[in-house]
Amino acid sequence: MEVRKPKIKGIPYAEFKDNDSLEKIAQELHEGGVNVITGSLDQMINWGRSNSLWSLTFATSCCGIEFMAVGCARYDFARFGFEVTRNSPRQADLIMCAGTITNKMAPVMKRLYDEMAEPKYVIAVGGCAISGGPFKSSYHVVRGINEIVPVDVYIPGCPPRPEAILYGMMQLQRKVKVEKFFGGANHKEKKPIIITDEDLKNNINK
Amino acid sequence: MKLENKVFELKNFASEMAKLKSEKHFDFLVTIVGEDFGEEGLGCIYILENTNSHERISVKTIAGGNRDGAYIPSISKIWKSADFLEREVYDFLGIKFLGHPDMRRLYLRSDFEGYPLRKDYDMSPENNKYTLESDPEPDYTNEWSLDENGELVATQHKLFGDDDYVINIGPQHPATHGVLRLQTILDGETVRKIYPHCGYIHRGVEKMCEDYTYPQTLALTDRLDYLSAMMNRHALVSVVEEAMGVELSDRIKYIRTIMDELQRLDSHLLFYSCCAQDLGALTAFIYGMRDREEVLNVMEETTGGRLIQNYYRIGGCQEDIDPNFVSNVKKLCNYIKPKFKEFDDIFTGNVITNNRFVGVGKLSLEDAISYGCTGGTGRASGWHNDVRKNHSYAMYDKIDWNEITYNNGDCFDRYKVRMDEMKQSVHILEQLIDNIPEGDFYIKQKPIIKVPEGQWYTSCEGSRGEIGVYLDSRGDKKPYRLKFRPMGLSLVSAMDEILRGEKIADLISVGATLDYVIPDIDR
Repeated sequence: MEVRKPKIKGIPYAEFKDNDSLEKIAQELHEGGVNVITGSLDQMINWGRSNSLWSLTFATSCCGIEFMAVGCARYDFARFGFEVTRNSPRQADLIMCAGTITNKMAPVMKRLYDEMAEPKYVIAVGGCAISGGPFKSSYHVVRGINEIVPVDVYIPGCPPRPEAILYGMMQLQRKVKVEKFFGGANHKEKKPIIITDEDLKNNINK
Repeated sequence: MKLENKVFELKNFASEMAKLKSEKHFDFLVTIVGEDFGEEGLGCIYILENTNSHERISVKTIAGGNRDGAYIPSISKIWKSADFLEREVYDFLGIKFLGHPDMRRLYLRSDFEGYPLRKDYDMSPENNKYTLESDPEPDYTNEWSLDENGELVATQHKLFGDDDYVINIGPQHPATHGVLRLQTILDGETVRKIYPHCGYIHRGVEKMCEDYTYPQTLALTDRLDYLSAMMNRHALVSVVEEAMGVELSDRIKYIRTIMDELQRLDSHLLFYSCCAQDLGALTAFIYGMRDREEVLNVMEETTGGRLIQNYYRIGGCQEDIDPNFVSNVKKLCNYIKPKFKEFDDIFTGNVITNNRFVGVGKLSLEDAISYGCTGGTGRASGWHNDVRKNHSYAMYDKIDWNEITYNNGDCFDRYKVRMDEMKQSVHILEQLIDNIPEGDFYIKQKPIIKVPEGQWYTSCEGSRGEIGVYLDSRGDKKPYRLKFRPMGLSLVSAMDEILRGEKIADLISVGATLDYVIPDIDR
C-alpha cells in the first residue's frame, strides 16, 4: 500500500510549493514498506491529527501580533483546524516560534520544546526565527532556531502576512498527513533514561 | 533639543543632583544615557525635566576610578526611576553605582562576560555563542561603596528570606505580553515583592546602530515597539533632522501627524483587545481585533506594511500617500466612531471588569513622576505629561485636541485614558484629513547623510509613553551613540510599587492596563 498524497480541501496538490521534500519523506516511508492495516489506520489517525493541531502561544516579538491577527475574525485559523492555542507546552502539538530568540531565551525555548509531548512540530515564523533576520549581526541573537530545535516549516517574512502564516500551517498539515503514526518512523522517541540503584548511589556520593 | 550639558564633579555629584530636584523642581528623570566617551572615559548623561515649566536640562558626569572599577554615586534615592536605569547602565557599560542597593545585571545573563556598549567590546558572532545551560542566578545582590583607601567594596544583600514563597511568572506566560519574567514573592495570596527580569528579547539594537549608517538604523526602530512603529521612527527621524537642520514641508508634517494618530488608534485597539482577553473577555478581544484590521487596511494602502511600516525616512516619507488615502481615512473615522459605544457596552460597564479594575493597582501622582511613568499610565494618575502638548512637534500645536487625564491612578483610569485617547485620535484625524496641503513628501538629502558634531535628544509621544532618542554624533556617517528611551521600562520598574500588598490575581489586571511591550523595553 502506498502513502497517499496529502489532500487539502480547496487547494490542488500542484499549487503548493516545495512538493519535492514532501515526496522525499513519502519515498523514505515506502522503503520501509507499509502494512495495509497500519497504513489505513495511519491515514485515519493522521486525518484527525492534522485537523486538530494545537499550537503553543510562544510569541517573543512582532510576529506574535500577526499570529494573534491570524487567530482573530478576519483570518481565523480555526477554519483550518488550529482551533485553540495552548499556554502550556504539555498540551500543545506544535510551537509557533514567532519572533527573535535571543541568547538568554535559548535555554527557555529548548526547555519548552523538551516539555512538549511527542509527536511535536516546530514552525519558524519570520526572519528572526529562521536566521536571525535583521538582527543577525547582533551579539545576543540566535542565528536561526534550527540550531536549537528541529524545524518542520519555515515561514519567511518580517513579519509574514497572515496569509503566509496560514499557508505555512497548511504545509505542516500536509506533512502530518504523510507521516507514519504507528512505528514512529518520523518521530523517533528518545530512549527513556533508566536510573538504576547504582546510579543513585553514585549521585548521592557526589 | 541640542544638549548643553552641565558638568558636575564626582565628589559633589549626588548633592548637586539632589539640589536640582529640591530647589529647581527637576522632579522627572527622563533617562540616563550611559556612554563610552572614548578618551574621556566612561560616563553618563542625565536628562531631567521640570514638570511645571517643562524645561529640560542635561547633566554629564564622568565616572571615577579606572576602566575595570568605574563608579558614579547613585541617585536612586532621589528619583525612583534611577533604580532600573542605573542597573541598565551597569549592565551595558560596567559602571558601578555607589550606594545602589541592587547592583545586578538587568538585561543580560548573570554569567555574561564583558560590557557590550563599551567601544572595545567584540560583538562578533563567534565570541557570543548562546548556551543551553540555565542561567546560574545568584540569590544575593551587591551594594558597592568606597572604603577609606578609595577602593570599591561590595556588601552582599540577600534577595529572598528563608520562608519566602517565590513564584516565577514568565518568561513564557500569556499575560506578560511577551517574554518578561516577574519573580514574585508571595505571602499567601498577597504580593510582597516583585523582581522583574528583562532581557529575554534583548537584541542589541543600540550597539548595532553604532555600526550602521543613519538610513540603515531606521529599519531597526520599527521593530522596537512594533505597536508604535511610526512614532519610534518619528522620534529617530526627528532627532537626525533636527541635528542636520532640515526644514520640512507642511505636507510632511500633516502626513506624519495623521500616520502617528492612525498608529495610536491601532495600538489602543490592540490594548483594548488584549486587556479584555487577559480578564477573560474573549468577545471583546475579537471585536477589538476586528476593528484594528480596518485601521491596518488604511495604513497598508500607503505604506505597504501591516505591522512594520518602514514609512518615514530622513527628510520626509518613503512615498506619497495613496490616492484613496483621504477617502479611506474618512471612511474609517465614520466606521469607528459608533464602535466606541459598542466597546463600552460589551466591556467597560461589565461588573467583572469594574470589580477587577476600580481601585486596584493605584499609582500616586508622586510615584508616577518619580518612576517616570509617562503616557497613559502617568496621565491616569493626573500627571500632564503628553509630549504632544508639552514639547509640541509636527502639527499638534496647530490643531484642537485635549490631553486626557484622570486622577485616581487605578487600573480603571488607565483603561479609560486609552479609550478616550482613541476618540481624540479620531478627532485629530478629522481635522487634518481634509486639509493636507500640496507640496513635497520628501526633501531631497545628500546620498551619504552626515550629522554635525553634538548631542541631541528628541522625543515623541508613543502609544504608551514618551519615546525618546538620544544621539551623539562625531560628524560621521554613523552615530557614535544612539540610545532609545524605552516607554515600558519605567512602567515595569513601577510594578513592584503598584502591586506590593495587592493580590496576585491583580497582577494580571495591572499588567494588562500598564500596556507595556517587551521588545521596546529590552531593545
